[in-house]
Amino acid sequence: MPMNAADIEHLIKQALPDAEISITDLAGDGDHYAAHVVSKEFAGKTRVAQHKLVFDALGGRMGGELHALALTTAAPK
Amino acid sequence: MSNPVHDRIKSMIDAHDVVLFMKGTPSFPQCGFSATVAKILDHIGAEVHGVNVLADPDIRNGIKDFTNWPTIPQLYVKGEFVGGCDIVREMFESGELKTFLKDKGVELDAAA
Repeated sequence: MPMNAADIEHLIKQALPDAEISITDLAGDGDHYAAHVVSKEFAGKTRVAQHKLVFDALGGRMGGELHALALTTAAPK
Repeated sequence: MSNPVHDRIKSMIDAHDVVLFMKGTPSFPQCGFSATVAKILDHIGAEVHGVNVLADPDIRNGIKDFTNWPTIPQLYVKGEFVGGCDIVREMFESGELKTFLKDKGVELDAAA
């Protein structure tokens, strides 16, 4: 069952309450999104560690229910 | 308790400077994300040892546990996990990838 943008945002916000999240639906099929996530939790972390925080927030849906999420992350400037 | 699949993965990433676990092969990628990473590495002149996870289901699943990373492709340089498609593209676009590879002592084809 594909996910909608609001579900993705909700899950990420639960794990990263301060996060600013912008989600773009790339294909309109609930399966291909781009997400940019900004959170102070990312400060000082490698990109891999940052992305893993988001994957953990998505609770194992990444690569399964959520086939393709083009993810970029950043700490607040 | 050793994990034979993880041991196989370890030997692959230790045997080659640049290892790309992907769907398909560098010359015939079978997924857009894998193709993107293969193209980026070709563009900057890095010789890539491709591992086609579609031809090896044990590796396809084992690699996700090995790295605790849920998707394919996965890029390793000198035994270190660098990232998937998003991270490699971001590093490439910022110019960081070439510097990273050089710093790691990876030979890049000058003609690229």
